[in-house]
Amino acid sequence: MLNLNQKAVNEMKLSFPSYSENERFSRIAVSGFLTQLDPQIDELSEIKTAVSEGVTNCIVHAYRDAVGEIFLQVRIFDKGRVYIKIRDKGCGIDDIQKAMEPLFTTAPEEERAGLGFAVMESFMDKIKVRSQKGKGTTVVMEKTLKTRKAFR
Amino acid sequence: MDVKIFSEREKRKLTAVIYGDIDHHTAKFIRGEIDAAIREQNPRTLILDFRYVTFMDSSGIGLVMGRYKIMNELGGEVLTANPAPYIRKVMLLAGLHRLSRIISSDTPEEKTSGGAETEPSASGGQEKQLTAENK
Repeated sequence: MLNLNQKAVNEMKLSFPSYSENERFSRIAVSGFLTQLDPQIDELSEIKTAVSEGVTNCIVHAYRDAVGEIFLQVRIFDKGRVYIKIRDKGCGIDDIQKAMEPLFTTAPEEERAGLGFAVMESFMDKIKVRSQKGKGTTVVMEKTLKTRKAFR
Repeated sequence: MDVKIFSEREKRKLTAVIYGDIDHHTAKFIRGEIDAAIREQNPRTLILDFRYVTFMDSSGIGLVMGRYKIMNELGGEVLTANPAPYIRKVMLLAGLHRLSRIISSDTPEEKTSGGAETEPSASGGQEKQLTAENK
């Protein structure tokens, strides 16, 4: 993982309630912030998808029958490295390994495919999940963009 | 987001052209529109046309899988048409092509305006277009 003692070139923080309307807002906010790196369209699509999965997990699972706050942080480091943290104070995950298995879902009635973590894993370079029962979940993802401006 | 339904009754074929973003928030509306059309028309073939989809996460996979289940029960099939390269990547990741063939096709509009082989409205079948705008 990144050495987080290193100084970020730029960073942003957002928090918003877990309304499903905010799924779109969150991925567009991240994508807007990252345009300063002049990313390629497909890289941006992949990051937007990963953010959408992470935020949707908070809405569907962490705050299942409630509305809670979702915290989103994006940090840009040198050489085009991007760090994204999505955090909630929801119910937590019983078994992280199980939750990350492709096709495993606890919400089939909502037509969830059980692919959220699989998508995050395949579209980002690294992903780390921490969770505490009743306290919440933090997902940290990293990706290095192949951008021209990244090497300033 | 928006869904336009095109039906070719004589072929028992239904095409749903999806517009805009597919995520957890919009999927509920999209599947409501498609399922209502399936209930009304009892088609043999359902085509989900992704050409105007601007974003899709795994909610779109759930959407296709759910329609596959319904069509399977009706003894029919689901085809997935015209996904953008990165949406295709999400689909392949999920192994969706094993349930629903990915094809490229003309949209029903293009077919009718061309007027060459199919003129659904003239051939006795009822061409019906249902449009719904989400608030």
